[in-house]
Amino acid sequence: MKTYTYTEKKDTRSGFGAGLTELGRTNPNVVALCADLIGSLKMDQFIKENPERFFQVGIAEANMMGIAAGLTIGGKIPFTGTFANFSTGRVYDQIRQSIAYSGKNVKICASHAGLTLGEDGATHQILEDIGLMKMLPGMTVINTCDYNQTKAATIAIADHEGPVYLRFGRPAVPVFTPENQKFEIGKAIKLTEGTDVTIVATGHLVWEALEASKVLHEKGISVEVINIHTIKPLDEKAILESVAKTGCVVTAEEHNFLGGLGESVARTLALHNPTPQEFVATNDTFGESGTPAQLMEKYGLNSASIVEKVQTVIGRK
Amino acid sequence: MSRKKTNNLNMPNTQQLEDLTTQVRRDILRMVHKVNSGHPGGSLGCAEFFVALYSEIMDRKDHFDMDGIGEDLFFLSNGHISPVYYSVLARTGYFSVDELNTFRLINSRLQGHPTTHEGLPGIRIASGSLGQGMSVAIGAAQAKKLNGDQHLVYSLHGDGELQEGQNWEAIMYASAKKVDNLISTIDLNGKQIDGATDDVLPMGSIRAKFEAFGWTVIDIEEGNKIEAILKGMAEAKAETGKGKPVCVLLKTMMGNGVDFMMHTHAWHGKAPNDEQLESALAQNAETLGDY
Repeated sequence: MKTYTYTEKKDTRSGFGAGLTELGRTNPNVVALCADLIGSLKMDQFIKENPERFFQVGIAEANMMGIAAGLTIGGKIPFTGTFANFSTGRVYDQIRQSIAYSGKNVKICASHAGLTLGEDGATHQILEDIGLMKMLPGMTVINTCDYNQTKAATIAIADHEGPVYLRFGRPAVPVFTPENQKFEIGKAIKLTEGTDVTIVATGHLVWEALEASKVLHEKGISVEVINIHTIKPLDEKAILESVAKTGCVVTAEEHNFLGGLGESVARTLALHNPTPQEFVATNDTFGESGTPAQLMEKYGLNSASIVEKVQTVIGRK
Repeated sequence: MSRKKTNNLNMPNTQQLEDLTTQVRRDILRMVHKVNSGHPGGSLGCAEFFVALYSEIMDRKDHFDMDGIGEDLFFLSNGHISPVYYSVLARTGYFSVDELNTFRLINSRLQGHPTTHEGLPGIRIASGSLGQGMSVAIGAAQAKKLNGDQHLVYSLHGDGELQEGQNWEAIMYASAKKVDNLISTIDLNGKQIDGATDDVLPMGSIRAKFEAFGWTVIDIEEGNKIEAILKGMAEAKAETGKGKPVCVLLKTMMGNGVDFMMHTHAWHGKAPNDEQLESALAQNAETLGDY
């Protein structure tokens, strides 16, 4: 079995900051907007190097989305930055009308997605954002797994014409993908080959899936781990090919099971190859205060939960 | 049809513009009557403004492109007055006047509220859900500055629409960031769907509010008179480039030009029946040919 190791832990949002900084140097049309969270979004270096291409809008996310839509009318490629909750639910109508329906080339970059805002509690967390964004016609939805992938995705989406939702978290997580990787929107990445079960994971649950696969390997279960960084458009081919071989699937994400990756996978399977599936996701609940590690454990978003669901799903084959 | 201006601001042919306005009124009435839906009241109230804007005030390129670099731009925030927008766009050369026939019909580019979705030339943003247009206009104005483009951005908003909070985020931002290539016009007709704005949610002095937020404010008291609009907008234009965004308070009459539609909010979102259409058209004799 192919194994993955990591040398350091870094936050994915710093990957966003690094990608944005690089774009600032290479693409003169890239502009950035922020709603009073420059430090949280790691936008400092971009701003330092390109002050004229940065727009601080203050605590006014609806206005930020409208301005971003307007900046595209003139050829700019706006990257908006705030927490995931305030990047989606708070401004859904603005994104829907002024960005998605209007087909504007805005990149909605959202940090602190899921439960990772920890102690701040449910008001600052969001477990519904993938669903909200993937329901919008024409919206591309990306959820990256580590620093390197987030950086690569940030750079890649500047060349993609159309609205994009790019989601990442707060805490430092293992860096295990290659440094200078090519990021292909909509192309799943198979991390391990296996025959007994497919684990389709997104975001920092990808690392947890790799950890789970090691434990399962020791139990004699052969696992295929697929990294779904792009939830929409979904790489259905990669999923169906893997499931044809393994016959069952566990999806893993830091999101409500309603509206997330698991639901997209379930639809694909229902249409093409009905297959037993188990979900590692939150169970239609809001989050709460706690350390991120405590929350991951309480809401079952870790490798132990993945192992448990794999054993369940194999029993259903 | 060329979309270049035929006159300059010093010597506008106002009779020509009056004729165009009358025809635009006919278009509006016929469009909403045909599908028995749409918003004639606010559309009629803004007919003179749209005609003046597209015929005389804005500097426009011969061809339409989404980025609009090198020309003035207009954004309609209160998208429900789409009939006047579509009519004026068609009659100033963006698309065939015949296409007004398809308003609100299935498979039409003339959706109930304007959209880029169907690729209608002249439209650069969808609007309908209220309160979003000023933010978009600000973004477009800032893009112009980044591009070194000296042209202006115009926007139009309903007075009732100012009840949407996003406007106030945008109003605060525009002055703070010195967006002085923006002229936002408020259609002050004092009416919204449920009644007079002063009854639904009194907003006090809109002038005082804009001034308090650091905007330059220009009044156009006779907002249904072409000459007054041209004069007021020229004044507004002269105020651009001075570090402040410019607000035009355009006082209009909802339903203007049709006696039974004036002095009431009843025609905000209601179409005339056959008899009412006949009466309304009789009050606005054909000038440039119906579509």
